[in-house]
Amino acid sequence: MRPFAYGRPADAAGALAALASSPGAKLLGGGTNLVDLMRLGVETPDLLVDVTGLPHGAIEETPGGGLRIGAAVRNSDLAADALVRARFPILAEAVLAGASAQLRNLATVGGNLLQRTRCVYFQDVTKPCNKRVPGSGCPARDGEHRNLAILGHSEHCVATHPSDMAVALAALDAVVHLTDAAIPVTGFYRLPGDEPQHDTVARGLIVAVELPPLGLPAAYRKVRERASFSFAVVSLAAALDVAEGVVREARLALGGVAHVPWRARTAEAALRGAPATEESFAAAADAELAEARPLRDNAYKVPLARNLIVRTLAELA
Amino acid sequence: MDADISLRVNGAEHTLRVDTRTSLLDLLREHLGLTGAKKGCDHGQCGACTVLLDGRRVNACLALAVAHRGSDVVTIEGLAQDGELHPLQRAFIEHDAFQCGYCTPGQICSAVGMLREAGSRPGEAEIREGMNGNLCRCGAYANIVAAIAEVAS
Repeated sequence: MRPFAYGRPADAAGALAALASSPGAKLLGGGTNLVDLMRLGVETPDLLVDVTGLPHGAIEETPGGGLRIGAAVRNSDLAADALVRARFPILAEAVLAGASAQLRNLATVGGNLLQRTRCVYFQDVTKPCNKRVPGSGCPARDGEHRNLAILGHSEHCVATHPSDMAVALAALDAVVHLTDAAIPVTGFYRLPGDEPQHDTVARGLIVAVELPPLGLPAAYRKVRERASFSFAVVSLAAALDVAEGVVREARLALGGVAHVPWRARTAEAALRGAPATEESFAAAADAELAEARPLRDNAYKVPLARNLIVRTLAELA
Repeated sequence: MDADISLRVNGAEHTLRVDTRTSLLDLLREHLGLTGAKKGCDHGQCGACTVLLDGRRVNACLALAVAHRGSDVVTIEGLAQDGELHPLQRAFIEHDAFQCGYCTPGQICSAVGMLREAGSRPGEAEIREGMNGNLCRCGAYANIVAAIAEVAS
């Protein structure tokens, strides 16, 4: 691990100044992804700016019934919060579906959003990787990609975003608040394109995540190769409003399938005004997944995602 | 780069100067000689390094010591009180909940943390899910769950 200096600013201004003081400076939350990547040699900061001491550790109601969640809130506290469990149980479900209690007790909301892909080539500094070293190549495309993307990938990168929390936030139309910008979660992450080294549209200090009120039945479902303590193969955050047998509103966000939490807008549009039947749910899923471009070994994710959508919507209807 | 760190471990105050790269696990094992917590993977994947940090179970391998100044750490060595084993330690022995013993300190510390987190009495499924971050290569899971279930009841 490269030697590094450590600082723990008391406010956002201090954090931004520290970040600006060195090109090798990185923000430290719980460290559950960053310290791991530092130990692997993937990340090599010369200065860690610990943001867990910033006054961003609260969960507060917003006028209108939403919530504002500080970026320094620990994942475990987020999932256990009474307001979150009452108004956005899908968010608590998604957080609890991820990692282990030990990891959730350290991990912060901000850090969860910014965690990097678990693609084996990204994590292995002896391998080429366009995300880690732009221009070096993508061995995953023809190599080990069983758990990588089926949607939105490019010839340069087929990585997926690993967060469960981010998928729920995408379905909830959450907004990421940085010190100098407010960006919807659905617009915060980038498709890899020809610059896979950039996961997000903005770099900077996340201070909070704001959720507008939901008020719809919603669920988070995660499919994985083990019963627990595994990343999603495919996951789904879904919300559904049905009145008199007709879909009034639908929200669908898929995890494990793309470089971003994948908001299934084509499916949502197909569902609005459609009868709340399995036929409609399947047709909507098929419409969304028509743009899937599976790789050699991950085509199984297409029917898996389709069936997950149909089954979850049937549960919610 | 070195940093001065003060923290409490098993009730005793310590002040040390360590390289900033030192994990809490390395501080406990290498600097304080508390070798109960184990380095199973050093990547937060096995749970053998689990200790209680300010009352919460964490992977000591991913916690940088310098980031936890002033914290209160309890390790497996600190669970017994006045020569009396912690109920979970006794239960692990009675239920034969370990074979090689390597994961055991982490299992017990994790279970202590879990029972503080759990609402009502956790059933078997909740215990298994709650302990999902602690791996056991010897496969003692059935007895680990039984030991925890006894204490949880």
